[in-house]
Amino acid sequence: MPRTEMMKEKGLTLVDAINEALYQEMERDDRVVCLGEDVGLNGGVFRVTDGLQKRFGADRVVDTPLAESGIMGTAIGLAMGGMRPIPEIQFEGFMGPAYDQLTNHAARYRTRSRGAITVPMTVRVPVGGGIHAPELHSDSPESIYAHTPGLKVVMPCTPYDAKGLLLAAIRDPDPVVFFEPKRVYRSYREQIPEEDYTIPIGQAKVVSEGTDITVVSWGASVFECLAALDKLPEDVSAELIDLRTIYPIDQDTIIQSVQKTGRCVIVHEAPKTCGMGAELSAIIQEHCFLHLKAPVQRVAGFDTVMPYYKLELEYLPNAERIGESIVQTLSY
Amino acid sequence: MPSRTVYSASVEYLQIMDEEGHVDAKLAKDTLSDEEILKLYQFMIDCRQLDEIAFKLQRSGRMGTYPQNKGQEAAAVGSGYAAKKGVDFLVPCYRENAALFLHGLPMHYILLHWMGDERGNQIPEGVNMTPLSIPIGTQMLHATGIAWAFKLKKEPRVTITYFGDGATSEGDFHEAMNFASTLQVPCVFFCQNNQWAISVPRDQQMNSATVAQKALAYDMPTIQVDGNDLLAVHKASKDAIERARQGGGPSFIEAVTYRLADHTTADDARRYRDTKEVDAWVGKDPMIRLRKYLERKNLWSDEKQKAAEEKAKIFVADVVKAAETIEKPLISDIFDYTFAEIPEELERQKRTMRTSSLGQDPTQAGLAAEPTAY
Ligand SMILES: Cc1ncc(C[n+]2csc(CCOP(=O)(O)OP(=O)(O)O)c2C)c(N)n1
Ligand SMILES: [Mg+2]
Repeated sequence: MPRTEMMKEKGLTLVDAINEALYQEMERDDRVVCLGEDVGLNGGVFRVTDGLQKRFGADRVVDTPLAESGIMGTAIGLAMGGMRPIPEIQFEGFMGPAYDQLTNHAARYRTRSRGAITVPMTVRVPVGGGIHAPELHSDSPESIYAHTPGLKVVMPCTPYDAKGLLLAAIRDPDPVVFFEPKRVYRSYREQIPEEDYTIPIGQAKVVSEGTDITVVSWGASVFECLAALDKLPEDVSAELIDLRTIYPIDQDTIIQSVQKTGRCVIVHEAPKTCGMGAELSAIIQEHCFLHLKAPVQRVAGFDTVMPYYKLELEYLPNAERIGESIVQTLSY
Repeated sequence: MPSRTVYSASVEYLQIMDEEGHVDAKLAKDTLSDEEILKLYQFMIDCRQLDEIAFKLQRSGRMGTYPQNKGQEAAAVGSGYAAKKGVDFLVPCYRENAALFLHGLPMHYILLHWMGDERGNQIPEGVNMTPLSIPIGTQMLHATGIAWAFKLKKEPRVTITYFGDGATSEGDFHEAMNFASTLQVPCVFFCQNNQWAISVPRDQQMNSATVAQKALAYDMPTIQVDGNDLLAVHKASKDAIERARQGGGPSFIEAVTYRLADHTTADDARRYRDTKEVDAWVGKDPMIRLRKYLERKNLWSDEKQKAAEEKAKIFVADVVKAAETIEKPLISDIFDYTFAEIPEELERQKRTMRTSSLGQDPTQAGLAAEPTAY
């Protein structure tokens, strides 16, 4: 939707930025269609698609039947048929029914047709915990999709990155899973350019530069890392990297940083085992072995089912746990 | 004959008690006695009270998101009462609390669930049901499997599974229907067609004239009932359950009802539906017609109504107390139910958890992103 006075004055939230990117891209490219449960008249359960149906009509902003496999599978068809579909899965927990279509079909068409058939679509999915939601509304499945050859996976956490990465994702020739960390949907505002811009998929961002230790994170956890960094002793110089794109991984940024600092803590909400932290720490030991002054640490969710909300804050990495891990790594 | 009809079928609609509480005497013959109706009406008043209080708990920040059941009590009670407590098995969605209570689920368990506490799902021994199903349309397959097990074990038991109109769009729903039908298992598919799936109206959810006709594709006995009519729901459920118990296989029931409240406390239905539509359904409330019926028979009065409502208030206050005074769950609970035996690595993670100085109050969680509906 066009900017409100509030946005002009105080900046955009993550929701506003995604909405603006969708709006502008639908204006620019009439192949773009949004489809999903409650995305039309209701503007999505988080209001991310608010106002789009009113502006672009019910043919381009479509309230589908309640069927994730149907949404994903027909989006694949729309893409193959020359459209630029943006399917929304209402919560990451409901990617389950769409899993087969996404991983066995969207991800593989290019390879199995040797490039003859491609699936340029952007799958939007709110992700992560911390919002007091019911079961299956708080998971962090990014590594599952990063482990699926043929899919790109992004998870921006700031309004600026979200707009630029979403525009890049929609214009990308391949399927992109666009995770939106719902915990920070409205908690942070920033002024961002109104005009069109893209951020290349596959580029991490150095949030703050430092020399003693590298902290890598993505999604809502980035804000927890910032809080942890704030509480560190004055003389500690920590470098914080927001991965932004989960796959393809920006190896260079990570390697350069860890070669400089010699220490690294990786933070994510997803369960520890086989989480992206495992992959990153493997990359680091492959490329930074002789630079390391301490073992790479992971602060992650536990290898358990994401608990209901009475215990969710015990599960999620918080500034305190992150801080402890940084201090331990520094004093190794 | 080059062209002929190879299949044709139709769907019956059943209503026994109309909106004014008038009863079709012939159809009502083998349904509930007045004594039972009185008992169930009081019970529905209790359930409605719990529903209203649950709403208030959410509004005052004492509970998370909650989906109100308001207006759908007859569907839950009529069907739940038709199933045998302690014998038959319920596989619910989340909008049939009353059926679960009838089968022995302690009422405060429902509040615990929506207070973000898994102990609300820890179904007591002897109570035959699965916990609420939050993912839509997934549980009907489990119901089919449970019924299949009953058949294999030659036990005269039946499962009844609940789901909404929206859920019938999911692939799993159709797989469950096909399995149940081809295997002829004792499962009753009970659809609460409340006209909406969050913001999507039924006629946009499907192009079928009825939900009930979907069962025809699986050659399953099917019926559409007035879901706000306790007697009709009970009759259709009883027939289906007994047919299943006798080896007659699965059945489908479409209970036509209406979601009088928002989808959940996180939703604002004014964004997508006309209040005129809601108003038209208010008069069809299942409780109103029961009261009219009982009053006409001189079994009810304003005083009795007042007394019943007072009783419900006191009763529900105790339920709320039970849910709110329970001790905080143990942090170790996060780990201890992952497997029968905890693997070494998980045990290690559990130990790190215990030694860290965590323990923030989850009610202090950042709610900035509270979604508007789910
Ligand atoms: C698999 C899955 N997809 C999406 C959702 C989000 N969601 C929750 S309730 C709902 C609508 C359900 O409609 P219906 O089946 O008619 O049941 P009702 O809520 O009306 O009782 C949706 C889309 C979900 N919980 N699970
Ligand atoms: Mg419904």
